[in-house]
Amino acid sequence: MPSTENSPRRSSPPALAAFRPLVRAIACTIVPEAAAMDEKAWDEFDALMDSALADRPRELRRRLELFLRAIEWLPVIRFGRRFTSLEPAQRARFLSMLENHPAQIIRSGFWGLRTLVLLGYYGRPETVAAIGYAASPRGWEARR
Amino acid sequence: MNERAYDIVIIGSGAGGGTVAQELSPLCRKGLRIAVLEKGPKLRDEEFTGREFEMARVLYEEGGGFLTAEGTMTLAFGSTYGGSTAVYTGTSLLPPERVLRKWNVPGLTLEEIERRAQKFKAQNNVHLIEDEFLNENNRLFVAGCRRLGWNVGQFPVNVKGCRGSSLCNLGCPNQAKQGTDRVQLPAAERNGVEVITRCEVLRLEEKKVLVRVSAKRDGTKGEPSAWEPGEYSIAAKLIVVAAGAVNSPALLLRSGFGRNLPRLGYGFTAHPALIVVAEHDRPITNFVGHPKSFYLDQFAESDRFLLETCMYFPFITAKSLAGFGEAHSSFMRAYPRLQMILVLACDRVEDANRVTIDSAGRPVVHYHFTPEVTRALVRGAVASARIVFAAGARRVHLPMAQPPTIEERDAARLDGIAEDAPFQLGKVTVSAAHLQGGCAMGRTAADSVTDAFGRVHGAPWLRVADASLFPDSVEINPYLTIMSLADRVAEKIREEVSAL
Repeated sequence: MPSTENSPRRSSPPALAAFRPLVRAIACTIVPEAAAMDEKAWDEFDALMDSALADRPRELRRRLELFLRAIEWLPVIRFGRRFTSLEPAQRARFLSMLENHPAQIIRSGFWGLRTLVLLGYYGRPETVAAIGYAASPRGWEARR
Repeated sequence: MNERAYDIVIIGSGAGGGTVAQELSPLCRKGLRIAVLEKGPKLRDEEFTGREFEMARVLYEEGGGFLTAEGTMTLAFGSTYGGSTAVYTGTSLLPPERVLRKWNVPGLTLEEIERRAQKFKAQNNVHLIEDEFLNENNRLFVAGCRRLGWNVGQFPVNVKGCRGSSLCNLGCPNQAKQGTDRVQLPAAERNGVEVITRCEVLRLEEKKVLVRVSAKRDGTKGEPSAWEPGEYSIAAKLIVVAAGAVNSPALLLRSGFGRNLPRLGYGFTAHPALIVVAEHDRPITNFVGHPKSFYLDQFAESDRFLLETCMYFPFITAKSLAGFGEAHSSFMRAYPRLQMILVLACDRVEDANRVTIDSAGRPVVHYHFTPEVTRALVRGAVASARIVFAAGARRVHLPMAQPPTIEERDAARLDGIAEDAPFQLGKVTVSAAHLQGGCAMGRTAADSVTDAFGRVHGAPWLRVADASLFPDSVEINPYLTIMSLADRVAEKIREEVSAL
């Protein structure tokens, strides 16, 4: 993918390359419509996430990787399986537990991950068009 | 190390720096050399596309997602030619009298702020948008408030030739918004002021600025800097810091001023804000027209919140809705039927809230939410819900409620939320764009960083001229107050210029 702002550049190597299956499982739980995305759409999704992370401090990326590992393995304690092996309803229950966790640091971690996923999904022009958003530089003129 | 020399160097090109540049620019005709140093790029007109991710990452510091140290709030501030004036909505209010009384800055009165602001209201074409260009997102806010008996005000805004793109916060694609990027900086440049973009100030020494100029990367937006990439040492007889409420105190801290200025970095306030989203049964005009035309401030003193109309872009909207899954997606799919209100808390100076620097000298903003601030956000959200229901919405999303979606038939739930809703920091998306304080004006180094004219205590060659001067929250959208204060700082410099 060329490195322009229209097609967000990837960090090199991609920040979350090792976590792609997990991130996609999380994304489909946060935005159920993501399950219908084709490989090209996932590539755009990944590129947006990588691009946002590329500008962030290395420490933040390290903490995100740690958080992702915890999401993958913690469900073993409660469900006996890793996150990527859970049923959709179990995945949702687990993520909801993180979102409402008594510890603010856990809630903030989930908020950051959720924000990245929403950027990857709603940062794509196809998604924006699909939800009916059509702001135009031509403003009122474009509505006539 | 490259070397340059100027009489006056201004750091930052937003409401503060752009104003100082214009007001000092007549001095160029008398032979003085003046430069403005701006960290961000200057975009060409055709590069303002209105695409959310693309524009946010090039116009805002950290793409608009600068996180506080606690990870509970993001800060949005511009990093481009014109600073935050390139990305605000141009709402042009002046503070209430109580704010100036609370500030208690020697000799500074509301009358003076108003007098100076008049000049900028004229220059920047501040006026009320005509009725026929108000969209339904704004009209429904007015209708709901009136049905509740609440007094709305219309924002004067600084646009010229607005086509109603609704894209103000992504940089106007029609050059209609009259920020310093369109008015004060071009005027300053015509008079001979040099503006150096992509120029990051590393630190200050006595009458010297050390900077790094970055190259324009292939495929990225903006013009290249006027200077070759590299590090420079710039001699200056006078330095004006106007890098904003995060970067101004951080620059002074990493330059060692904290040793003699114990209040440096303290006094940070921000108007923490969240978005209330409501769905109507029918499509409304929302992503067309000026997004922010009305406000409600009658609860600012009693309950410490302000409400403003707003309309955000898909990603920001998605981020602001709490939760996930089908409930979240169903709001997003309703985008053409959405009404939005921005709830802003009027915070106060707290010693825990301040700007520091990390080991590399980068700014770190510490922000602890007081019970008063979270209560203001909850009460403001509940008031917003009452407004949208009065305006005919079928359901509303309150991010702190459990569950967040409230149907119109369940509006009675609002009473309980107003009194009891726990505010889960880290779950509810809170952001702030009115960043203030950190280099407060006052009397002595014991209580402030500068005097009443932005002169840094103990360093007469160094001035501050931006929102970091505010001794406490301005309680309204701040840019016009910043310009008035910057005008005051510039006037004092002109009086003293013969001594340079």
